[in-house]
Amino acid sequence: MAERIDVSIEHRGAPDQPAGKRHPNTCPACGSHYREDELRASAWVCRHCGHHFAMRARDRISWLADPGSFTEAALDVRSADPLNFFDLRAYTDRIAEAEMATGLGDAIVIGSAQVDARACELAVMDFSFIGGSMGSAVGEKFARACDAAAEKGVPLISIPSSGGARMQEGILSLMQMPKTVVAIEELHAAGSALITVITNPTTGGVVASLAMLGDITVAEPGSLMSFAGPRVVSNITKEKLPEDFGRAESNFRLGHLDAVLPRAELRPYLAKVLRLFHGQ
Amino acid sequence: MASDDELRIRDRLGKLGNLPLLRGVAVSGELKRLQKQLKRLEQEPAPAGDDIWLSVELARHQERPYTLDYVERLMDDWTELHGDRARADDPAIVAGIGRFHGRTVALIGHQKGRDVAERVHRNFGMAHPEGYRKAMRVMELADRFGFPVITLIDTPGAYPGLAAEQHGQGGMIARCQAQMARLRVPTAACVIGEGGSGGAVAFAIADRVYMQEHAIYSVISPEGCAQILWRDGAEARKAAAAMKPDARHCLELGVIDGIVDEPRGGAQLNWDEAAFSLGETLRRGLADVESLGPEERRAARRAKFRSMGVTA
Repeated sequence: MAERIDVSIEHRGAPDQPAGKRHPNTCPACGSHYREDELRASAWVCRHCGHHFAMRARDRISWLADPGSFTEAALDVRSADPLNFFDLRAYTDRIAEAEMATGLGDAIVIGSAQVDARACELAVMDFSFIGGSMGSAVGEKFARACDAAAEKGVPLISIPSSGGARMQEGILSLMQMPKTVVAIEELHAAGSALITVITNPTTGGVVASLAMLGDITVAEPGSLMSFAGPRVVSNITKEKLPEDFGRAESNFRLGHLDAVLPRAELRPYLAKVLRLFHGQ
Repeated sequence: MASDDELRIRDRLGKLGNLPLLRGVAVSGELKRLQKQLKRLEQEPAPAGDDIWLSVELARHQERPYTLDYVERLMDDWTELHGDRARADDPAIVAGIGRFHGRTVALIGHQKGRDVAERVHRNFGMAHPEGYRKAMRVMELADRFGFPVITLIDTPGAYPGLAAEQHGQGGMIARCQAQMARLRVPTAACVIGEGGSGGAVAFAIADRVYMQEHAIYSVISPEGCAQILWRDGAEARKAAAAMKPDARHCLELGVIDGIVDEPRGGAQLNWDEAAFSLGETLRRGLADVESLGPEERRAARRAKFRSMGVTA
């Protein structure tokens, strides 16, 4: 491992963390530690080794969309608890806690925006809200983003990040897969494009529905995208997995992606694609 | 609880009445059936922990009829079709055409094995992407010739293996759903055992979706759910009780259109009787949507799935 650099002078290293935990601003690849504003300035990419930190949905949007162009939609769509689900804790408690911790209504933010002066709709998922899991609220909001793009005749840029379906909504979570799939079918029927940017990690039911139906599908470097996660695969099948199992680079090699794009190249790429789909 | 269930069904009835796309015979048949289901709900209490676990066990019963057992009893001139025309023939999925009540239909289903050798050969009903690709190829054929499509669902889930992932398991399941959402022909699906997760939902985007009385349909296996949420796979009973994967709850949640009666004690006790009820339900289901035009039918199918879920 290369010697790590401490970019910030104030923080010579990561602050003390409980045993085994890494500070969220410490690079998991090389150990370099950053202040919040340093990460923001580098679009959450490690300046030392190029590792892409996870981006929160709102940070992603303000980084991607033209300044001031984003108008959020469907803020009122929130998770319900149709099964009165209780495991070790009540599902309603988990939702309340996630809302407090993230300041989000659920694991996706949607709305209209401009990217490089081109109108588009955005659907950006946030892994920090219950693992980016897809329940009824996520499915409904994604479908509304499709509706809006279809209605306005603009492309939808979808940026998934999810552990899969939200178990606490049982079968209704599973039904969000066909729900998002039919919404994409309607989007396509209306002649709008779906451009998908896979971010780390994207697994489970989201891969088997909205994430893999893009007209163009690209991924951030190193991002995991697989239907079954590596732990599940090795536990169940006892197969020895290649080191890059499910990673963007191997998915690209296997033909599942159109490109692997470092964050710095993503915005120009999307701008170019939007121009192509918009015509002139 | 019963009043909650009632409210949901009444709400569904209300929505159905307002759907502009469903007209005439189709909607009155569906309304009548829902009203009958509602009456049934009013009379019987919702299944709780033990009843739900009984369904989990019956759904996985080794003597339960599998797809080919139903094919044998319901189809004439059955012609199984093999291979995905790209890589392989996946034995975990059977697909073919045959005669059902006097007309040619396509039938696609998961296939489990009965003895050890066949179970391994069928990979316990867990399909690879090649299997879904074979299914899509047969669906496309059916659509071209106007054959209605029947799907029978019975899988613990799509196979979570290295090759399956490398060959695009997730993407293929997504495209299989999209394909079903695009079909112009009448479609009917039934969960005949385990409706496990994405591997099951790949075949479930139908005009009419049913479950046998003791089938289960769930987002993850009870064991998998217990492992993640309780951190103990042995808590599967609790997980099943919390997820409510039984037919009755799926009906109440608006996920399926009806429940297919099983012989008393379960389908494993009388295959012929189980096949007869299944055949009757599928025939009625296809007839329900037959009178609609292809575009109308497809739009209604999409509208149904678009409306699923409960939000605050």
